[in-house]
Amino acid sequence: MSALKIKKGSNKHSAYNLRPTFSDVEERHTLAVLVDNEVGVLARVIGLFSGRGYNIESLTVAEVDHEGHMSRITIVTTGTPQVIEQIKAQVGRIIPVHEVHDLTVEGRAVERELALIKVICTGDKRVEALRLADIFRTNVVDSTLDSFTFEITGTSEKIDAFADLMRPLGLSDLARTGIAALPRGSL
Amino acid sequence: MVVQALKDQGVDVVFGYPGGAVLPIYDEVFQQKGIQHVLVRHEQGAVHAAEGYARSTGKPGVVLVTSGPGATNAVTGLTDALLDSIPLVVLTGQVPTFMIGSDAFQEADTVGITRPCTKHNWLVKDTANLSATIHEAFHVATAGRPGPVLVDIPKDVQFASAEYTSPQKARTGHYNPQVKGDLEAITELVAAIETAKRPVFYTGGGVINSGPAASQLLRELVEATGFPITSTLMGLGAYPASGKGWLGMLGMHGLYEANMAMHDCDLMINIGARFDDRITGRLDAFSPGSKKAHIDIDPSSINKVIKADIPIVGDIAHVLEDLLKVWKSRGRKTNVEAVAKWNVRVDEWRKTKCLSFKQEGKTIKPQHALTRLEALTKDHDRYITTEVGQHQMWAAQYLGFEDPNRWMTSGGLGTMGYGFPASIGVQMAHRDALVINVAGEASWLMNMQEMGTAIQFRLPVKQFILNNERLGMVRQWQELLHGERYSHSWSEALPDFVKLAEAFGAKGIRCSDPADLDDAIMEMIEYDGPVIFDCMVEKHENCFPMIPSGEPHNKMLLGEASTKDAIGSKGAVMV
Repeated sequence: MSALKIKKGSNKHSAYNLRPTFSDVEERHTLAVLVDNEVGVLARVIGLFSGRGYNIESLTVAEVDHEGHMSRITIVTTGTPQVIEQIKAQVGRIIPVHEVHDLTVEGRAVERELALIKVICTGDKRVEALRLADIFRTNVVDSTLDSFTFEITGTSEKIDAFADLMRPLGLSDLARTGIAALPRGSL
Repeated sequence: MVVQALKDQGVDVVFGYPGGAVLPIYDEVFQQKGIQHVLVRHEQGAVHAAEGYARSTGKPGVVLVTSGPGATNAVTGLTDALLDSIPLVVLTGQVPTFMIGSDAFQEADTVGITRPCTKHNWLVKDTANLSATIHEAFHVATAGRPGPVLVDIPKDVQFASAEYTSPQKARTGHYNPQVKGDLEAITELVAAIETAKRPVFYTGGGVINSGPAASQLLRELVEATGFPITSTLMGLGAYPASGKGWLGMLGMHGLYEANMAMHDCDLMINIGARFDDRITGRLDAFSPGSKKAHIDIDPSSINKVIKADIPIVGDIAHVLEDLLKVWKSRGRKTNVEAVAKWNVRVDEWRKTKCLSFKQEGKTIKPQHALTRLEALTKDHDRYITTEVGQHQMWAAQYLGFEDPNRWMTSGGLGTMGYGFPASIGVQMAHRDALVINVAGEASWLMNMQEMGTAIQFRLPVKQFILNNERLGMVRQWQELLHGERYSHSWSEALPDFVKLAEAFGAKGIRCSDPADLDDAIMEMIEYDGPVIFDCMVEKHENCFPMIPSGEPHNKMLLGEASTKDAIGSKGAVMV
């Protein structure tokens, strides 16, 4: 069958070697998804991300309207512009999803994250940890003679920066909530 | 309560298989009239049969199976229906609510397992919500882009009683997809239609799913504009094969003229198709010079694979109606001269006669078998289902479809074993029609147990098996791409299909001589009952034309037959 001029075993001819022609610059977007608060709704959303190979950088979810049984899911994801558009369209067609907002596109948004950081140290290190915690405007929510637990709120970058400073001083545990976000202004 | 809900939804046939966790519903089924239950022999068969029923009627298909293995056996059918956008409502039994999570007998996390292969699913934990949930399930299955849904009903919920909610009172939720297209975008498409020099319609299963009105409007639009039209595998029949503008199917095994027109067009009007990889081939070389309009009811289909220059989200019938209105109000203009020239070019491509083959010698060519089947059955009230593989592509190429809902095949998932149960579902909906499943012997064996169903319910389905004793498509790919190393692609230890038919109480016919073919096909048509037709065909025939994966539309292989025939010594690789 060499008359057909297909190189035998050539990978190029694999049925699935079909690359799209869209831009391949990755962007980071924050999506707000309003859903019915029903059993399995989070599994539907994250199952879609894992099933279709999309990224999740951060995910927060909680009921926001008890009467109306509504939850808000905030997802930070990365992808090419075409992938981001697909994610929004795919999430939008999940039946219990009411609204999908791309906060990155729809104008400026406030994004905040909360973290609890436990630092175990004594002596000078303990003094330095407390001094830095003060600069970062954290709250001390638990303290023993050899440890502090700080509560810090801010952008993810701020929490990263504070955690990096605490590491050499004796950071032992870090718990982060993931990002919550709302559009600015009266939107 | 379940039976009442189904009746109120207009259900007349349910395909199913009983089991422990679904007995209370079966008890209801036993004590009623009005809904016929078709007992299949395997749950996968029930789902495919419901798909055949749904595709041939436009109504949702209904399935009733038990928990655990009953539900997991339904998964392939659910996935098949999801990929081909077929409306199904599948009811599964579940272990009682108080035993969920205890690894009870025949317990499976049905809602978890089927979440990615349904459009939506529900676990009903309270009988008070049961009827309303079933009504909502029908709404979700049929509204917008259709798809399969599943309602998981624990046994204690089946036993308990509660007040019935009628369909009118049931909440259908916020789920009401947009059906009207954006008028501005439609007007933009009209403007493109008016000036296009080399236009082509590329239509898909969305036209058929939209209902008969969509096919009517499509025909009107094609006749009025004089543009050529091609269709995906799923869309065959929306525009008649005898129509003047018909190019035949496009894609990997599509017709030369269809693929060339797609490649060279300057305006591509995608109506209810989804730029599947079997259609587009190499993406960076897909129809490079064209403006692309895309009409689809599902926003996630748009810009998924191919960037649409004119995206229109809406139901095909609604959009086509508006499109025709706007186009007519602006004076029914097209670029007549340029389109005439384009049609001449298209006619030149047609002259390639890419489907020609030579029937010679004492062996039946599969293409010949289908050509004769077409000639002898096309005037019947005929429905065709297929399995998956070479025979499926040949059926799409050599059979002509004049109307929608006459062609049932597994397109997206490519499920071997689909066609036989699907033919049973079709025959249930159309008792007097001629229902033929064009099959390969390997696919057919995957759900052959359904012979029992066909016999029990006196369904005269005709199983037209093109028997090459090979997994033909696998064999073809191994020949072309894997150095002719035929790894496990032959059918060893096949049954004697005639004896097999007789063992079930059906009729078996074997034909291996081209001279006997017509008589044998007539015998099959005339027999009042199920027939297994074992058509022994050429074992090494390849399915052409073919776009090798990773190639654009204008790099088609036309194959040995046409090389010998119409196009002379130009070689098998066409420009």
